[in-house]
Amino acid sequence: MFSNFFSFASPQAFYPVAGRMIPWFGWSAALLALAGLYIGFFVAPTDATQGESYRIIFIHVPAAWMSMFIYLVMALWAGLGLVLNTRLSGMMASALAPTGAMFTFVALWSGALWGKPTWGTYWVWDARLTSELILLFLYLGYMALKEAIEDPQRADRAGAILALVGVVNIPIIYFSVQWWNTLHQGASVSLTKAPSMAMTMLAGMLVMALAAWMYAIAVSLARVRAIILERERGRDMAWVRSMVNA
Amino acid sequence: MTAAFAAVLRRDLLVALRRKGDALNVLIFFVIVASLFPLGTGAEPGQLRTMAAGVIWVGALLAALLSLPRLFAADLADGTLEQMLVSAQPLPAVVAAKVAAHWLSTGLPLALIAPVLGLQYGLPSDALLVLLGAVLLGTPVLSLVGAAGAALTLGVRGAGVLTGLLVLPLCVPALVFGAGALTASLSGLAPGPHLSLLGALLAVSLPLGLWAACAALRVALD
Repeated sequence: MFSNFFSFASPQAFYPVAGRMIPWFGWSAALLALAGLYIGFFVAPTDATQGESYRIIFIHVPAAWMSMFIYLVMALWAGLGLVLNTRLSGMMASALAPTGAMFTFVALWSGALWGKPTWGTYWVWDARLTSELILLFLYLGYMALKEAIEDPQRADRAGAILALVGVVNIPIIYFSVQWWNTLHQGASVSLTKAPSMAMTMLAGMLVMALAAWMYAIAVSLARVRAIILERERGRDMAWVRSMVNA
Repeated sequence: MTAAFAAVLRRDLLVALRRKGDALNVLIFFVIVASLFPLGTGAEPGQLRTMAAGVIWVGALLAALLSLPRLFAADLADGTLEQMLVSAQPLPAVVAAKVAAHWLSTGLPLALIAPVLGLQYGLPSDALLVLLGAVLLGTPVLSLVGAAGAALTLGVRGAGVLTGLLVLPLCVPALVFGAGALTASLSGLAPGPHLSLLGALLAVSLPLGLWAACAALRVALD
């Protein structure tokens, strides 16, 4: 059982498995997103204080959750690759980074669009917004580093070191920004004291979060397949050719 | 191990002394950046005092960043770095010595000139002391995190800008606590907690930065 399981650590063995999994995750993502948006736009009640504008929460909160979670998963893969020297781990980390950066950007963007009607401004230097922005910088730095190093093995390992340093730093950055924020300005707006939520609102958010999970998995698997083909090209030309032609 | 540390420290300090221009340029850059801000924002004393902490800290960050390529690049070019890696001496001791030499040749001068810039911004004397203490505690953090960044980008094309991209976000806590100490002291609060946090940050970045720099050097010269 376990020997079978670990055999998927080989990029060649993982490639067809990933291909078979993508439709499942892709369709679940689409169906869950449809259900989540339906609940969000038609079932969930209008918010007493924020009116209809609160409905952006169904995009915003799942994106923010995913942005942080994907960084952790990415660092986990990167660390595994660094310790066990498995090639697939580094490829998984590379495949996750753009999706994580995209969710971080969506969280910031939707937050800005939500902030305008509710707080009257697109941007406040709130602790969460600021640390989310820095998270985006960490993603961009990670991708830029991997992009800049020609040798993929070296890029994986250098990226892994950066991702691990970033993971240790994220809580420090979060708390430093939080303390900075409480020192500089009173809590004019607080995201933490949200009014208690209706059940349907929570359900819509959770379904959307699941959809975001499925989407992230499907897209990362598709991306890791492309990365496998690109990197194995030099190693095993015949195998890559058979995969591309299949 | 201590012998290796002392030898590398002595060598790197000697190299820095022979090329005084490098360290001096970093210092001049810092002074220029800090002097440009009042020209852009106007020299109203109250406003200058409120922005002093941010300007001086960001200036120090950028100056430290500019000095990073010197840390490993020259040693990589002439093969010294490779000898250091294959030598019997533990790599962390060697890297720690290089970081210490980097701090002594750039961080320490930056810290010593920061109070002078504070005078330009009209800071009271007790705030100048806090500024000196904070920059003294904060610049080693910049050297350590910067060493990791410099090692990661060693020999990579566009290394200069890339190092900034990697290092600056990671330096946010140092900026927050360092500038926070000064702001607290200016508004009549005790700067102690900020300085303690800055010290804690130094204690965390010492092992983390050294580990990352050593691992990155091994990757770069593999």
